[in-house]
Amino acid sequence: MQPAIEINGISKRYRLGEGAQMYASFREALSGKLKNPWKTKGIGRQRRGEKNSFWAVKNVSLNIAKGETVALIGSNGAGKSTLLKIISRITDPTEGYIKVRGRMGSLLEVGTGFHPELKGRENIYLNGAILGMHKAEIDSKFDEIVSFAGIGKFLDTPVKRYSSGMYVRLAFSIAAHLDPEILIVDEVLAVGDVAFQKKCLGKMSEACSRARTVVFVSHNLAAVESLCSRGVVLHQGGIVFDGPAKDAIQFYLENLGGDGGASRSNIVDLASSPGRPPKFRPHLKKLELFNGDDRPLRGDVPAGGALKAVIRFDLDTPCTSFDAWIAFDTLGGQRVCTAHSSYEPDREHEERVGQQTFTCEIPSLPLIPGEYKVHVGLDIASGEADWIEDATRLTVLKSDFYGTGILPTKGLLLLRNRWSLEYQREAVAV
Amino acid sequence: MSATYELTIKPRKGWQPIDLKELWLFRELLGFLVWRDIKVRYKQTILGGLWAILQPLIGTIIFGVMFSKVAPIKTTAPYILFVYAGLVPWTFFANSLSMSSNSLIGSEQMIRKTYLPRVFLPLGAILALVLDMLIGFALMSVLLVYYHYPVSAALLWLPALMLGCFFVAAGMGLTLSALNVRYRDVKYVVPFFTQMLFFLTPVIYPLSSAPPKLKVLLALNPMAGMIEGFRHVILGSAMAGDLMWTSAASATLLFIAGLFMFHRMERTFADVI
Repeated sequence: MQPAIEINGISKRYRLGEGAQMYASFREALSGKLKNPWKTKGIGRQRRGEKNSFWAVKNVSLNIAKGETVALIGSNGAGKSTLLKIISRITDPTEGYIKVRGRMGSLLEVGTGFHPELKGRENIYLNGAILGMHKAEIDSKFDEIVSFAGIGKFLDTPVKRYSSGMYVRLAFSIAAHLDPEILIVDEVLAVGDVAFQKKCLGKMSEACSRARTVVFVSHNLAAVESLCSRGVVLHQGGIVFDGPAKDAIQFYLENLGGDGGASRSNIVDLASSPGRPPKFRPHLKKLELFNGDDRPLRGDVPAGGALKAVIRFDLDTPCTSFDAWIAFDTLGGQRVCTAHSSYEPDREHEERVGQQTFTCEIPSLPLIPGEYKVHVGLDIASGEADWIEDATRLTVLKSDFYGTGILPTKGLLLLRNRWSLEYQREAVAV
Repeated sequence: MSATYELTIKPRKGWQPIDLKELWLFRELLGFLVWRDIKVRYKQTILGGLWAILQPLIGTIIFGVMFSKVAPIKTTAPYILFVYAGLVPWTFFANSLSMSSNSLIGSEQMIRKTYLPRVFLPLGAILALVLDMLIGFALMSVLLVYYHYPVSAALLWLPALMLGCFFVAAGMGLTLSALNVRYRDVKYVVPFFTQMLFFLTPVIYPLSSAPPKLKVLLALNPMAGMIEGFRHVILGSAMAGDLMWTSAASATLLFIAGLFMFHRMERTFADVI
């Protein structure tokens, strides 16, 4: 079978200094023309050198089969959105071609074309038409859209009087009822309150399971993991990984480490760390972080993911009783949990001196997504010998912890839990 | 659409044919955009739709007093009827230029975030103004009755003339709206340009009163033929046939040129807007 989307050597070049060119005035364009009147190119189309341009997408080829759900993953500026814009025909590629087989709908933003003066009812029709729905199609889905958004009472109120929550709910609801054969979605799940996001996610997975072809961009890795079967990692405009979604996320976290994380090292120097209170001598030397597969962990860990911390330190005098610990605080300074070698029942007690290494394995780090401070300490003979405050930061990323793509946003920890609804014994007598 | 529907996306260079099939597929969207523009136009105004009549009417009163009492202009029909018949299409034309030229930059989000035939944005803005023109002509009939002015079967040409007016307005509007995306100067040029054109078009004076040498120049402006045409079919005033055909031809050419121009510039809209 021919692929639903066939991307062939697609590149897109943007001119730099576009800001100046964008609002270029006639004067500038005309003076350019006067200086070089024999140029065959029209006004304002002077060719700029290669050095003044950059490739947002460079030579991307990708085949997406019918019914496949593909996520594009990458840091900001990796070219994901540009690629989506080219597929959705918003902007032309500079090179290459794409073949799209089937009716395509793209959703790069919710509520595009909403008019504040128009009533909710009217905006449903207008926005639906902009998304490519026919009037008959909107008619048939109208009630569903209204009830999904939960704005029944306000149908005849201009949307400029809506609360921002209502506005977003209506906008998403229309979009969610778009039902093309190929769906292109860019980061639109991050709308509304948590309860509504959950509803949206449900709607999205419904769309995905209806054997539609879906191309999906999201920074919400949890959503990617639960919705998509395949992941394509983009970096600097090119494809660097293509495979199952889970592996793609793994690849992304390890090699590109989320936004800005790529520069972070998994080895933290503790010997000369500024986080050491002045009264301590530098016993602690190094902290090395790894994930479950012993691959370097560069500051990002998926929620519920495994973490291995290797703490290297020196003992200047022989001793039998020493412990290391690693603790996690919220940025607000709230201690979330501590891993301490004294909690280990089978630890060695022989006398040691010189360079030592403790390895701490945490099979699942149950922190809710966010940024955490990591503290490291060493106790000798039950007394504090050294500790480093804020030795490094750890970003816990959203992941599919519960297998539903949904994560709590309140509290500190992810609790493993099981729920069941008791069988209803008797019918309620009327 | 069937599953065999296949679309190829590739870089486009130079002049390209217009995809009429696609415009047809999206026809409902054009309807919605026109409907939106009509709905929204006079929102939060006290007089609402009355503005459709007031715009040419106020002009008629001012010019009526000026040129029938202060400095009389000789016309075959009563001057009030004469100037009103000219101001209705002129108001349509002038508003079309200002609305359509701003239609794209006013829909920036739509251009950057969705795909739709962008040509519908300026066209929709202009089509929405056709309603105002119709209302304006409805009042014209009231004036004709009031003045006991007889009309002829030539009135049947009215729709054709309105189409001609639409062609002129759309031809210029499409080009201006596309230029406005790249050069915001257009925003400042349009009102000025419209005002100049107002005096170069026989709206408040008959073309016959212009010196013969100037007439050729004035006839180059397709709106001149259109407005003279309106007066001819409504008020029975004389008009040169060749002027009409010249204007009809140049209006059609202007429209087609506008479409192609727009289509050519459209590709970079999302990048430069």
